[in-house]
Amino acid sequence: MAMITTTHGDMDESLLMKMEGTIDNKVEYTTWVEYYIGTELVHRSAHVTLKEMPTFADGVSGSIG
Amino acid sequence: MCTSFKQDLFNGLHAFGTSVVRGTTAADSFKAALYLVSGSLGAATTAYGTTSEVSGTGYTAGGTTITSWNAPTTSGTSAYTTPTASFAWTTVTLSTAFDTVLVYNNTASGKNAVSVHTFGSQTVTAGNFTLTMPTNAAGTALLQIS
Repeated sequence: MAMITTTHGDMDESLLMKMEGTIDNKVEYTTWVEYYIGTELVHRSAHVTLKEMPTFADGVSGSIG
Repeated sequence: MCTSFKQDLFNGLHAFGTSVVRGTTAADSFKAALYLVSGSLGAATTAYGTTSEVSGTGYTAGGTTITSWNAPTTSGTSAYTTPTASFAWTTVTLSTAFDTVLVYNNTASGKNAVSVHTFGSQTVTAGNFTLTMPTNAAGTALLQIS
C-alpha cells in the first residue's frame, strides 16, 4: 500500500479516507486529493494546469496588442 | 508592430528608456510566488512584494525559481514564451486560501513584475502544489505579445 504524507507523519493509505475532485473550465484543469482521519483533514494536494494566456486578476488580458 | 520586434522584446534587445543597464548577455532569473485570495495583484502590480504572499510550512518567501524558458519565438503576428517546467512546491502546508501566482524578474534589483495568473482557490495540507504550464504556442503560451 502507498504511504501518504500527513500532518501525523507518513501513514498507510488504507488507514485514511480519500476524497478527490476536479475543476475543468476555460482557464484551468485542476485535480485535488484529500485524505482524512475521521473528519480531520490530514493531507491535501492540488495540481493546477493553466490552459490559456495570462489573465490578470482584474480581468485585463496579459497580452499587448 | 513588427512581429520580430515582439520577439526582440522578450529577448531584451531594445531599450527605449535609459534606466536599464544590462551587464551581461545571460538570461535573467525569474521566480514564481503564490498569493492569497485576499491579495489584490493584477495588471497594476509592478514588483514582487511580501504583502499577501502565502506563508506556511515548507514555503520559502519569494517563491520558487523558474528554471528555464522556451526560447521566445513567433507564430503569425504573435511572439510568445513559456517556462519549460512546472512550478512545484512539495510537502508544504498552506492553510490560508490562495489563488494567484506572480512571475517576476529576480535578477532585476526592483524584482519587477512580469505577469499575474489566477486559478481556483486552493489550500495545501502536508501535500504538494503543482502549477503546470500551458502549451507553449500562440494563444496558449504563458507570456504572449500579439
